[in-house]
Amino acid sequence: MARAVSTRRKTIATAAAWGIGLLIFFPILWTILTSFKTEAQAIADPPIFLGFDWTLENYRVVQERSDYMRFLWNSVILAGGSTILGVIIAVPAAWSMAFVPSKRTKDILLWMLSTKMLPAVGVLYPIYLICIRFGLLDSRAALVAILMLINLPIIVWMLYTYFREIPGEILEAARMDGAGLKEEILYVLTPMAVPGIASTLLLNFILAWNEAFWTLNLTAANAAPLTAFIASYSSPEGLFYAKLSAASTMAIAPILILGWFSQKQLVRGLTFGAVK
Amino acid sequence: MGQITLEQVTKSFGDVQVIPPLDLTIEDGEFCVFVGPSGCGKSTLLRLIAGLEDISSGAIRIDGTDASSTPPARRGLAMVFQSYALYPHMSVRRNIAFPMKMAGVPKAEQDKRIEAAAKALNLTDYLDRRPGQLSGGQRQRVAIGRAIVREPAAFLFDEPLSNLDAALRVGMRMEIGELHAKLKTTMIYVTHDQVEAMTMADKIVVLRAGNIEQVGSPLELYRSPRNLFVAGFIGSPKMNLLEGEVAAAQNAHTIGIRPEHIDVVDSGPWSGNVGVAEHLGSDTFLHVHDTGLAETVTVRATGEVGLRHGDRVSLAPREDLFHRFDAQGLRID
Amino acid sequence: MATQHSRSAARLMMAPAVILLLGWMLVPLTMTLWFSFRRYLPLRGGDLGWAGFDNFTRFVTSSAFWPSVQTTLVIVGGVLVITIVLGVLLALLLDQPMWGQGIVRILVIAPFFVMPTVSALVWKNMFMDPTNGLLAHLWRLFGADPIAWLSEVPTTSIVMIVSWQWLPFATLILLTAVQSLDREQLEAAEMDGASPLSRFTYIILPHLGRAITIVLLIQTIFLLSIFAEIFVTTGGAFGTRTLTYLIFQRVLESQNVGLGSAGGVYAIILANIVAIFLMRIVGKNLDR
Repeated sequence: MARAVSTRRKTIATAAAWGIGLLIFFPILWTILTSFKTEAQAIADPPIFLGFDWTLENYRVVQERSDYMRFLWNSVILAGGSTILGVIIAVPAAWSMAFVPSKRTKDILLWMLSTKMLPAVGVLYPIYLICIRFGLLDSRAALVAILMLINLPIIVWMLYTYFREIPGEILEAARMDGAGLKEEILYVLTPMAVPGIASTLLLNFILAWNEAFWTLNLTAANAAPLTAFIASYSSPEGLFYAKLSAASTMAIAPILILGWFSQKQLVRGLTFGAVK
Repeated sequence: MGQITLEQVTKSFGDVQVIPPLDLTIEDGEFCVFVGPSGCGKSTLLRLIAGLEDISSGAIRIDGTDASSTPPARRGLAMVFQSYALYPHMSVRRNIAFPMKMAGVPKAEQDKRIEAAAKALNLTDYLDRRPGQLSGGQRQRVAIGRAIVREPAAFLFDEPLSNLDAALRVGMRMEIGELHAKLKTTMIYVTHDQVEAMTMADKIVVLRAGNIEQVGSPLELYRSPRNLFVAGFIGSPKMNLLEGEVAAAQNAHTIGIRPEHIDVVDSGPWSGNVGVAEHLGSDTFLHVHDTGLAETVTVRATGEVGLRHGDRVSLAPREDLFHRFDAQGLRID
Repeated sequence: MATQHSRSAARLMMAPAVILLLGWMLVPLTMTLWFSFRRYLPLRGGDLGWAGFDNFTRFVTSSAFWPSVQTTLVIVGGVLVITIVLGVLLALLLDQPMWGQGIVRILVIAPFFVMPTVSALVWKNMFMDPTNGLLAHLWRLFGADPIAWLSEVPTTSIVMIVSWQWLPFATLILLTAVQSLDREQLEAAEMDGASPLSRFTYIILPHLGRAITIVLLIQTIFLLSIFAEIFVTTGGAFGTRTLTYLIFQRVLESQNVGLGSAGGVYAIILANIVAIFLMRIVGKNLDR
């Protein structure tokens, strides 16, 4: 079926794609490079691309100025906690929708997704008040719950689309084999859906990690994750490019690496299985 | 140990009644086949017995105990699905062990039964493979293995052979038959293929639109079909069903005569032109036109007969083997 | 396809998710609705009683309202158009046979993983700064006067930043769709004498329809509520105040909860209009 492609055409496509790819990636590359420069070299005119004195000084200063590890740890707890909690709540719900569909299943799914469209800002103050009332302002527990709730519709949707691809007969076989509901979900459904559950976990981990409305508005010092860590560089510290770059690199590196490893699963997950 | 009784069982999906009130008894140790065209409700009936669907009214008894609201896991039945429904993430060994694990059978006993099942089904060399690495026939055997280790009260088969190619199907048919002879456990087998029904069953249940058209042994159904539907459904090639004068002469609305009960003779009551002649080697099926009857007549002749398209033949039906039906399509005896 | 037993189990297992989301939706919504009818100034006396529809009229008649709606639409619309058009082109390019396709894909998808605060800060300071920014260097290299991006063309700048973040997403989904196109269809069209352009218009583009819908839907959900990009770059100045940001300012900066809540109600209504429209599309996709 495939035709032999002329080398010339392939060369042109390669050059164009690499050119555009590097252009899109350039801001990130530049940030990473700048993080190893001295402040003077970072703003040098003309800009220095590679021929600078590589230094780790910026990372040391950033770490000293604000405790990076604590922000990182908060990010891990908020993103990880909310995602795992969300999946635990969503698996049974998605099982119900995928394998015991009723006339209302579709409406419930759409309603869930529509809660995602409620503008967060519209309910900011009530949530703010509730947090104050219960002493949950700047607490990790409250943010785990909130991030879980804002991603729950997406988690349910993604799991639903993955589960629907599992033939119902296999679950019925488990039932015939004497498995109760718990065993059916634990021993049969979940292991079969591992790839789907993994990409759901990944995508929602990334979404929660990068969430920057609630994490900025409801945290101060104690529960602040990396979004807040970096927002503190708005100004005037933002003018120290090398340090800003070091801080940025530290904030995005974990998720960038994670994302690169799982890009294939992410695409499928993001399209709700609608595009294959 | 495996008598299944259905009493006035009905099933409705919303307003649509797919199984009208139905009574049926399947004796212990019997090989019972549900057969009918697609959409006749045979799979639904099997799933009602399995407990994968609720009955809308009536009762299902297993060995005399009402099991109508028992969940499938506790009915003590085993099922083999059309798609085999193997657990893709488990090895063959763990697939077969799964029902025993659920039932809490001790590990040593599990291993013993797995070994025995694997030996009986020629799976010993494949126990550590995943279902994805097996051929269709092997998967089928694993599904059967998973069913036998449970030592169920009855086996339920839902069109288990329809995903296999023709040669394998014949082989598996025999294996299932032998399994039944050996285990002597009740088996209920659903198929749309009347050849499978005829070759395997002790008792055939012919279904149409949720109704039982006839229940009987293969030969009973062959010899005295109760109505036109059963007459046309059982037997291959199909029975010739003739209306008009020739039927009226027998005091019937319709008469039926099987292709194997018509002889090619030098001079008989019917004669016509051969249309398609199917030479199978063992038999030859002739489709004869222009006999003066409204219908094309199918005739089974011997394998070596030299007739071909366009030849003129003379036919003699064995009149003592006519099946007679009235205007409602019911058999007249 | 199920028994009474499994249906009741299903209802039970769906309950936690449904109840949580219902609570998450109703409790704050009711409070917002309540506040929107109150004169509520936490720092200047707290709850000062009923305000009737004052907050609603004040919010709409304030000089900031319509510009903010306009800014919202410009940003969402601009980003959607840019990401979809460039996404389609990029997807077609990446679909060509080439060396190192996997690496290029990794390069292209990277911005999606960058948290909004980081990308906003990096763009603002290191690229768009009129003295030391990289773009300023580039402009000077060609003898032009550097642009003070975020004060001269602030909305465009924000659209650029946000487009950079979302282009990878659009490209990746469209690429997946392009790759699922039946090659024989294209070859048949070629045999029928279709030019590359008409092959694109009549075969590739219709095939991408569904993927484009998905991109539209998901991006709209996220774009309507962009916050960090504005918070970090302009702080809502220079006409970059979206509806989201305006409400944020009313509630947290000027501490006028009543007025902000009325704005919140408007935002919810606006979102619902968009939602109904989008849900129709998704609902149709669900049936297939």
